[in-house]
Amino acid sequence: MAELMLEMKNITKRFPGVIALNNVNLQVEEGKIHALVGENGAGKSTLMNVLSGIYPYGSYEGEILFRGEECKFNVINDSEEKGIAIIHQELALIPYLSIGENMFLGNERGVKYKINWEETYQKANELLNTVGLLESSKTLIKDISIGKQQLVEIAKALSKNVKLLILDEPTASLNEADSRKLLDLLLQFKKEGLTSIIISHKLNEISYVADKITIIRDGSTIETLDKVTDECTEERIIKGMVGRTMTDRFPKREAAAIGEISLEIKKWTVYHPLHGGRKIVDDVSLYVRKGEVVGIAGLMGAGRTELALSVFGKNYGIDITGTVLIDGKEVRLNNARQAINRKLVYITEDRKGDGLVLTNPIRVNTTLAKMEKVSSYGVIDKDIEMIAANDYVDKLRTKCTSIEQDVGNLSGGNQQKVLVSKWMFADPEIMILDEPTRGIDVGAKYEIYCIINQLVSEGKSILLISSELPELIGMCDRIYIMNEGKMVGEVMREDATQEIIMGQILKSSKGA
Amino acid sequence: MGKAKEILKKNTMLVALLVVTLLFTILTKGVLLYPANITNLISQNGYVVVLAVGMLLCILTGGNIDLSVGSIVAMVGALAGTLIVNHHMSTWLAIPICLAVGILIGIWQGFWIAYIRIPAFIVTLAGMLVWRGVTLSILGGLTISKFPANYLNLFNSFIPDVFKGKRNILSIILGALICVVYIILQLSGRIKKRKKGYQVEKQAAMILKIIVISVVIMAVAISLAFNKGIPMILILLGIVVLVYTYYTTKTVPGRYLYAMGGNEKAAKLSGINTNKVLFLAYVNMAFLSAVAALMCVARFDSAAPTAGTNYELDAIGSCFIGGASAYGGIGTVAGVVIGAIFMGVLNNGMSIKGVDSDMQKLVKGLVLLAAVAFDVISKKRSRIA
Repeated sequence: MAELMLEMKNITKRFPGVIALNNVNLQVEEGKIHALVGENGAGKSTLMNVLSGIYPYGSYEGEILFRGEECKFNVINDSEEKGIAIIHQELALIPYLSIGENMFLGNERGVKYKINWEETYQKANELLNTVGLLESSKTLIKDISIGKQQLVEIAKALSKNVKLLILDEPTASLNEADSRKLLDLLLQFKKEGLTSIIISHKLNEISYVADKITIIRDGSTIETLDKVTDECTEERIIKGMVGRTMTDRFPKREAAAIGEISLEIKKWTVYHPLHGGRKIVDDVSLYVRKGEVVGIAGLMGAGRTELALSVFGKNYGIDITGTVLIDGKEVRLNNARQAINRKLVYITEDRKGDGLVLTNPIRVNTTLAKMEKVSSYGVIDKDIEMIAANDYVDKLRTKCTSIEQDVGNLSGGNQQKVLVSKWMFADPEIMILDEPTRGIDVGAKYEIYCIINQLVSEGKSILLISSELPELIGMCDRIYIMNEGKMVGEVMREDATQEIIMGQILKSSKGA
Repeated sequence: MGKAKEILKKNTMLVALLVVTLLFTILTKGVLLYPANITNLISQNGYVVVLAVGMLLCILTGGNIDLSVGSIVAMVGALAGTLIVNHHMSTWLAIPICLAVGILIGIWQGFWIAYIRIPAFIVTLAGMLVWRGVTLSILGGLTISKFPANYLNLFNSFIPDVFKGKRNILSIILGALICVVYIILQLSGRIKKRKKGYQVEKQAAMILKIIVISVVIMAVAISLAFNKGIPMILILLGIVVLVYTYYTTKTVPGRYLYAMGGNEKAAKLSGINTNKVLFLAYVNMAFLSAVAALMCVARFDSAAPTAGTNYELDAIGSCFIGGASAYGGIGTVAGVVIGAIFMGVLNNGMSIKGVDSDMQKLVKGLVLLAAVAFDVISKKRSRIA
């Protein structure tokens, strides 16, 4: 057995209200490629952030041993000094600086008050060669493709004399050829003695490069498979990723009469707003009936939020094509106001960033999307507004000192309730809920589920986007499965299991 | 202790204003509060209040400022001078023309800022140069003066005293009337809220507030009575402050300003046309700059090429001293008025003391920095706590 390079022992990391990691153990052998798999939110990234010092020593429990030495990283620099480099899914390169400048950012060549540019570009060119990039190191980052940027990140890591390279979903935004190139590069580095940890959803890639696979689920390590001794079938990995028991976490819904189609989207295609050629939503069609909860399953980056935002008044993307029908009639929704007037609303996944005005009180946030209900001729009637806000606070049991409390001071669950109130107040018939239970505790989740059930029993249509499969299976009548911008499947409630859905997602990833 | 701290924290700038007023009253041996000087303070700082209210709306949309207001003041002033003095146009025709030109300038700048989304800083920096250039070419580098009496009276006169006494009884009566109306509004509002079961503020706090505000109103009224009475400009300021307080607190477009500044993306996804909100803020700013221009030419009885220099800085300073957030979404008209008076008292007090103008600038700069630093630091504290 090869020597252990890294050992993470009993790592526990708590965030307010949740345990993100619970006694996680990870052992990485010297000179091997170790894969980390798990659902969204399973804790993979958190674990890597603990390892790299983004969460400093003391903010978690447990021990990290690197080549037998205990590590107490306070900042990323500490881990980089040891030779641990992490490449995040979202690349951290500065677009208007050159490759060379980016590569040595924070680690400039030369002396403190005089950067040696010759050395910078010379070294950068050498490193680019080792990763198989032919570009000059003076090229600006914005002028090279994402695949090449990924390679620049790796070269940057190499420049720091890396011993353990961590890649967080390195191929998520790459095409097949680029992905293959990257993976081959990893294999080549392995031969030269570099150890790496790769986080990925693509099982074919993992079985291509990984020597060992650790499965994480709900913040705990499930098992570690060895390619040589264990049978690493996809079924086994999928089961490990999703195999949790379903409990009574979802309120029962009265079997409501499902009515006619209220929302239909046909052949919807959306391009990335900045990278013009990139299709984010690709020829998607779906429909929702009155009184129906329809889910959209998918991994992060599948294009679900972008689909919703582009339908909701073209708030995402360019060159949008396709048709939206509400109650059988084609509608053009060019901005959020028009969508709201058609009784279609979108409840964002990012309540702080896109949903609420944190510096304003509950009262103001509640009525913001439909001010005409509390005003006449542009003058606000504060009494009606207060009654409305109080009404929703009572109805949704929002915990607050009063409706004059600033939303920024509420807990996540209560903020979510204010957000839902705001959109219920807008009198919608069709609601798109994007990750409505993200980051809120179990009790608040249950209450949100009850509200959803209440809404559909009133004949409203719900489109539920969620990354939590149990939530979709527990709540939806029907589930669409989306991956890489495309609809790749549809299952009815009776047939839906986590294995089936995850299997469909992963299968469709293969082709890419 | 805790309560006193709370009240202090909420009304920091009001307390600071009282302290500065007291300080300069002592330093100037009471000259600051002489009736003649109070009248002076009002006419000297009227334009700051008008510009600062306009600036507040811009800042509310997300910390956007307008650097062009000084140049717009100069340009509209020059236009007024040309029309009224050189072309003998009727005052009643010239004023609407000047205001309309202000609005047109606002439409021009607002278009670039709101619809093309060029940063406000850059558009108004360009405006600052352009309108100053237009001013110079209108005036040909010369100053226009001697405005007709009917124009000057509109801004510089005092409301005639119907009682013709030695002291201006009218201003005392009006002051008292305002106090009574204010108290009745406060009490009736409180009773209404009580009846509906809403939260009301502590009785003691409210009584204290009523007393302080009534005393200040009466003090100003009495001191005006000892001079020439109520200046027309005060009436104009009163209208501006009331209208914009109402606009920002009671109307839907006013609410949108705060929502946009607090979280533009959320506002947009709530169906608010954020471009329009931003556009109107800048149109309004230019309109109020035109109003200030009319006030300024009347006060100096001249339209000069250098008029309005640095006025934008007074307006911006008043907003931040008055508690507006540099990131937008937070700020009130009342706060801005307090900020403007604060700057006015500081200016006036130092002038009376004979502090030279270099020193005055230094002090004003440090006070502005201190006010904003205090705001930022205290907010950080409360966030950590």
